[in-house]
Amino acid sequence: MSDKLISIKNISKSFDEIPVLEKLNLYIRENEFLTLLGPSGCGKTTLLRILGGFEEPDTGRILFEGKDITALAPNKRPLNTVFQKDTLFYHMSVADNIAFGLKIKGKSKTYIQDRVHYALHLVGLDGFGERFPDSLSGGQAQRIQIARAIVNEPKVLLLDEPLSALDLKLRQDMQYELIRLKEELGITFIYVTHDQEEALTMSDTIVVMNGGRIQQIGTPEDIYNEPQNAFVADFIGDGNIFDAIMIKDKLVRLLGAEFECVDTGFGEMNPVDVIIRPEDVEIVSPEQGTITGVVTSVIFKGVHYEMDILAHNYHWTAHSTKMAPEGETVGIRIDPFNIQVMNKPIREDQETLVNE
Amino acid sequence: MNRPFRKTSAGLEEPRGRKHPGAAWLAGPYLLWALAFTVIPLVLIFWFGFTNADNQFTWSNLTSIGDPDNLKALALALLLATAATILCLLLAYPIALILAGLKSGSSALIAMLFILPMWMNFLLRTIAWQNLLENNGVINTILKFFHLPAMTLINTPGAVILGMVYNFLPFMILPIYTVLSKIDREVVMAARDLGAGPWQTFARITLPLSKPGVISGITMVFVPSLTTFVITDLLGGGKIQLIGNTIEQEFVQGSSWHVGSGLSIVLMIFVIASMALIAKYDPDSSGAVIGGQR
Ligand SMILES: Nc1ncnc2c1ncn2[C@@H]1O[C@H](COP(=O)(O)OP(=O)(O)OP(=O)(O)O)[C@@H](O)[C@H]1O
Ligand SMILES: [Mg+2]
Repeated sequence: MSDKLISIKNISKSFDEIPVLEKLNLYIRENEFLTLLGPSGCGKTTLLRILGGFEEPDTGRILFEGKDITALAPNKRPLNTVFQKDTLFYHMSVADNIAFGLKIKGKSKTYIQDRVHYALHLVGLDGFGERFPDSLSGGQAQRIQIARAIVNEPKVLLLDEPLSALDLKLRQDMQYELIRLKEELGITFIYVTHDQEEALTMSDTIVVMNGGRIQQIGTPEDIYNEPQNAFVADFIGDGNIFDAIMIKDKLVRLLGAEFECVDTGFGEMNPVDVIIRPEDVEIVSPEQGTITGVVTSVIFKGVHYEMDILAHNYHWTAHSTKMAPEGETVGIRIDPFNIQVMNKPIREDQETLVNE
Repeated sequence: MNRPFRKTSAGLEEPRGRKHPGAAWLAGPYLLWALAFTVIPLVLIFWFGFTNADNQFTWSNLTSIGDPDNLKALALALLLATAATILCLLLAYPIALILAGLKSGSSALIAMLFILPMWMNFLLRTIAWQNLLENNGVINTILKFFHLPAMTLINTPGAVILGMVYNFLPFMILPIYTVLSKIDREVVMAARDLGAGPWQTFARITLPLSKPGVISGITMVFVPSLTTFVITDLLGGGKIQLIGNTIEQEFVQGSSWHVGSGLSIVLMIFVIASMALIAKYDPDSSGAVIGGQR
């Protein structure tokens, strides 16, 4: 992955004095699959709209290949959007919907027919061309929206939760198709989702947002294994999150017990946050454990058992292929490598983290 | 290419929208109303229209439309109603477009400005225009004040068209405004996103989507314009004779309820025919003429 294709510089946006995006900085490389991930209302759609040209930022600039496009009309921008809401043109057939962008560009009839055919095939809706949008199911409508955007082969495709109305199986198939398409056409994807699993499996880069601010930017592995703060840790995957004290380098105290870890540089006797993933909670005999607790529930999850263990007044979640029966007293041990120590947020309005 | 998801695509997703069964009895009061005020008068009209003074069946009431005076009145009515409808459409569409584009708070206020005249009595409104247009009326008085030549305004086809446009314009604005304001802002955005400029977006998206509103607007202006007699009486001063006036005179001046009913039936046929014509040019939204909804 090479150069910065899009730079988002210092973008802020408020609606009725309520800040929705606050001094956002971000860049997107050519051919990157970048995912915006965050809870509902954190400003993901607003950011996409600013990129698409439908919303004007209060401050800041958008650069595309170094050129300022902040004031450029939406129809002049080299990107297409798959909207979160159903925005199909209900007075046109499905084929005419897909052909819309190509007709505007004045492409030839045969070319358009070809592309419409191809796009329908791509989203698994061959033969739907003559149908009208009001006869489609929600998931079919979403896929036609994708088809309508991709036929234009934009440099950048903005996708706002494009698969949210699909069932699990179809969603997985479409995820695969989208990635294949991206490779085939060399399109840069900016993808919005609040499904963390979708984000982890599809993205090159994940941007975790909360309350109009970027919490962390990184690869899926970074985000999952080394969350920079408790919000990211909590939002991505399940986790046991603790208020803890960093006693000294490589030693942390949580729930009154001392655990060895590998982190350094957090000072001495400093309050920190600690996350331990459920799959990293080792269940051992009471004598071997750093702390002991009682199994309060066991759920079979297919690949593993999910166990709830009450230890030192905290409900630990543990994932293990070995089952400990309910009511049994067990020991808990954590590999030092699997204890992730994070700084506590300095204040609510902690400085935005930037990936530059 | 392997397309594993095709087999699930049809089965798992439910089609949107469904009808509610068993709510038909809710239409009961409406049916009663329709019976009293639509069906019974209609039956009476047909009874009178197809009989003579001796209660015998006859076609003569209907064929009296062939009378040159009546034909002329019908042709003029069609002409003036068409002109008024076109003028209303040309005026109303931009107004509706502006109204729909305004922020919700201020649009309600400005929409009121256009609806307000409708709250005034129809007769009063038209009489007010009579006062404005008369030979010694307000406009000519002003012209005289500036030493400009007086104009004959009243009792012309123009005055009648003006009366129609003034009275029926809100009926064109409202349905178009309603349809326009229901168009999702994001659908318009999507067109822009796909490369359409503002004008292309208007021509390809906004205009076609507003068609049902335009068609009900046309209906709501054309039909009363075609059948009016009050506007012609007040602003045409007996010099302009439309088919509505002819029918009125048959009823009121006591000439013949039978001929009046016969001509009414003919006029009804013309109204239905013109609606069918609109529907033919736009098979997609023929429902809008009848039900106002697809
Ligand atoms: N046009 C608007 N006027 C006023 N407030 C708005 C407007 N658009 C968005 N907002 C507000 O801005 C905030 C962010 O909205 P946005 O649509 O960007 O969220 P999102 O991250 O896309 O959420 P979701 O995951 O639910 O789609 C929300 O609180 C929303 O109510
Ligand atoms: Mg959104």
